[in-house]
Amino acid sequence: MDKKSVLERTRGRLDRIGDPALKAITFAAAALAVTVLGLIAFELVRGSRLAFHRFGLGFVTSQTWDAIHNQFGALSLIFGTAVTSILAIAIATPLAIAIALFLTELAPKPVRALLGALVEMLAAIPSVILGLWGILVLGPFVQNQLEPFLNSTLGFLPFFRGPHSGTGILTAILILTIMVVPIVASVTRELFATVPPELREGALALGATRWEMVRGVLLPAARPGIFAAVALGFGRAVGEAMAVLMVIGSQIGIHLSLFAHSDTLAARIAGQYNGSSTNLQTSSLVYLATILLVISLAVNIGAQLLIKPIDRRPRRRRIALDRAFEAQGLSAD
Amino acid sequence: MNEPAFTLKATGRLRRRQLVNQGMGALAAGAALLAVAVLAIVVISVGSRGAGSLNLAFFTQNQAQGFNPKGGGVLFAIVGSVVLVGIATLIALPLGVLVAVYVSELAPPRLARVARMALDISNGIPTIVIGIFVFTILVAAHGQSALAGSIALAIIMLPLIARATEEVLLLVPSSQREASLALGVSRWRTTVQVVIPSALGGILTGTTLAIARVAGETAPLLFLTSLGTSSTADANPLHPLQSLTLVIFSYSDQADPAYQSKAWAAAFTLMCFVLVTSLAAKLALARYRKKLGG
Amino acid sequence: MEAIKTKIEVTEKERLPVVSEREAVFEARDLAVYYGDQRAIDGVNLDIYQRLITAIIGPSGCGKSTFLRTLNRMNDLVPAARLTGQLRYRGIDLYGPGVDAVEVRRRVGMVFQKPNPFHSSIYDNVAYGLRILGMKKDLDERVEKALRAAALWDEVKDRLKDSALGLSGGQQQRLCIARAIAVEPEVVLFDEPASALDPISTSAIEDLMHELKRDYTLVIVTHNMQQAARVADMTAFFGLDVSPDGNRQGVLVEYDETEKIFTNPSDKRTEGYVTGRFG
Repeated sequence: MDKKSVLERTRGRLDRIGDPALKAITFAAAALAVTVLGLIAFELVRGSRLAFHRFGLGFVTSQTWDAIHNQFGALSLIFGTAVTSILAIAIATPLAIAIALFLTELAPKPVRALLGALVEMLAAIPSVILGLWGILVLGPFVQNQLEPFLNSTLGFLPFFRGPHSGTGILTAILILTIMVVPIVASVTRELFATVPPELREGALALGATRWEMVRGVLLPAARPGIFAAVALGFGRAVGEAMAVLMVIGSQIGIHLSLFAHSDTLAARIAGQYNGSSTNLQTSSLVYLATILLVISLAVNIGAQLLIKPIDRRPRRRRIALDRAFEAQGLSAD
Repeated sequence: MNEPAFTLKATGRLRRRQLVNQGMGALAAGAALLAVAVLAIVVISVGSRGAGSLNLAFFTQNQAQGFNPKGGGVLFAIVGSVVLVGIATLIALPLGVLVAVYVSELAPPRLARVARMALDISNGIPTIVIGIFVFTILVAAHGQSALAGSIALAIIMLPLIARATEEVLLLVPSSQREASLALGVSRWRTTVQVVIPSALGGILTGTTLAIARVAGETAPLLFLTSLGTSSTADANPLHPLQSLTLVIFSYSDQADPAYQSKAWAAAFTLMCFVLVTSLAAKLALARYRKKLGG
Repeated sequence: MEAIKTKIEVTEKERLPVVSEREAVFEARDLAVYYGDQRAIDGVNLDIYQRLITAIIGPSGCGKSTFLRTLNRMNDLVPAARLTGQLRYRGIDLYGPGVDAVEVRRRVGMVFQKPNPFHSSIYDNVAYGLRILGMKKDLDERVEKALRAAALWDEVKDRLKDSALGLSGGQQQRLCIARAIAVEPEVVLFDEPASALDPISTSAIEDLMHELKRDYTLVIVTHNMQQAARVADMTAFFGLDVSPDGNRQGVLVEYDETEKIFTNPSDKRTEGYVTGRFG
């Protein structure tokens, strides 16, 4: 028997098992990825059973978080999460759109790439570093400059009253804004870049100024994607644990003042790292995580549904969009 | 010739419109400038506080024992971070590539859509929730370990690597695939010998981005691995190891300024690593995409 | 490009006004346009007359689109573009100090090669320009008038609120014409308006141009010589010229009445091009 036929025979045998094997292995990997997702949901629900039996849905409407008397409720944490995330995304959205507009429409070509890279670098800074910076640099500024200023100009509103403090809702909002702006900006920027140049020319040729072109043509064409990008940024803000934990002051309670200490779902879970004293407390933390999971699933799926209707675009644009969302952890499919 | 009865200059209403236009342009430029200024302030304040505390001992020694926070270094945390992220990459990279191959090359469209959606949803899950998950399945019964932390980081990395890989697999020209299949080369050989090698650059840069991302993760590690204030260098993944991020966090609320300056130094080290690797990976990825004509 | 071996039939048109009665809208004098160091067109001297259709023809790369885009300052959008010589619009230097490109474009409208309707309703597409210009009085009437003038009204009057993207290619292009004339420009530029359309839509656009001639001055760039012969009163032939420094640039070879260009050109290069011997 010569060498060649041996080779051919092994090759043939390998090929016979190769194709189904590759298919089976890759399928198993994909199935594992899907299973992990299901397992996360299952384990969280299972882990929160104890707290659920004890507090039921009333957990969501109760303000107390008292480890000594074993009474737990999520309301003030939900409130803190909502206030910080909504205000952060409200500040971040116009800023992010403005940055994206500058990067695609106004900045000179060589500046664009550099500025775009800088904005993406802001997104890459780990949250624990922003938290550290938030305590030791931003906090003192908020306490000594920003809060006195807001109090003296807008102090007639209940939101800007109370003792000044470097940690609290206001600092958390600012840190979250810094985290969310680059995410929304880079997705929005890609969205603008996929709007065909002919549309821009069409508006300008009618005698529109650049801003009128943006408002009348560019923003409407990119609108569904922008909503999705904002939803994505909101999801990030809701889920951020570290930076918020470090700057928000970790206090239970519902206050109108933005100067007050507060806490969020994610930060409360992270803040109990040094161990909870009872099984009920542990279960209550898992209950919080379940609420967080439900919110993030709703936001994520909502964002995906928002993108769906515009998905009749040519493949090239779809890839560009996919890339934009994927970079931030969301698909345009 | 008579003086023309009209003007092409901006007058009246158009002048107002142009003012609005310029105002909006200035606002957009201001917003971009603000973002860059914030980046500069963060980088400079971390750099100015952190760089001063960096010395050879910081990288080569462990925390001095007892109540002497001065001196010594964070070698244990650097080793811990390397172990945590290394094992996470070893788990997530092969799995991520396999998932991507399934989704982009082999899966029927409907299953591909399900898998893709699962990846995107996983990507949107707050990392603290993933930490709680790994806590309930592993740590609650077996105690803290670096391995538990690595698994949490791997769950975060998997969708990032899978989606990045899928994207570059899509960029591999189908002519290459067809040429190989037309020669009678079987599908798995085509995938392993043609498709994956030509996508390798993109896979590696995507993985590097994922590494840069999880190297900065703190929240999922809080329950899973150690948070003590003193430790020694240890590379055994079954022990609870520290990480740079945990050190930054736990030193940050110490009143002793010696700890704070260590936190800044650790933050500066981590920031340099994350920014340099992610920037380099993005540049490489952009070049790679251009090469494949994406 | 497809070579045309036969003589081109020039469509019979109403009598052209004699030269002395024509009124120049654009006057180009020694016009040159550069993209960076690259000279795209050079030494163009050309008058474009009111209420006539002027066609610009020539081989690809001869700068016909560049020339067209200087007429409404769309070339300003290319960062490295600059211009020497002079271009007057009804006596005013179009590139003179203080001239606002936005005002120029309002008066000199443009229809592009590819239909480019905005991502909004048919109605809003036409109303867009009117709204930004503050022509909000009688908006419905103005929109209807523009759609009628673009011969689109009967096809879309029952679905004005529908997305413009649902129209066929030919309808989209007529919508873009309606959009351009809604703001009552003085000139409409057409940049190969039918090259992306089927023959029936093309013929509809050509008929429309004949109608529009009554109220507007039209300039059309086309690579289709039969189209130029069918629609244009005047035709300018641009050719490619290699200067001693090696730069390839577009130059105006011949400009005359369409009939003359296609039946009795005075320049050999024009004759070669229109009879298909080169280009």
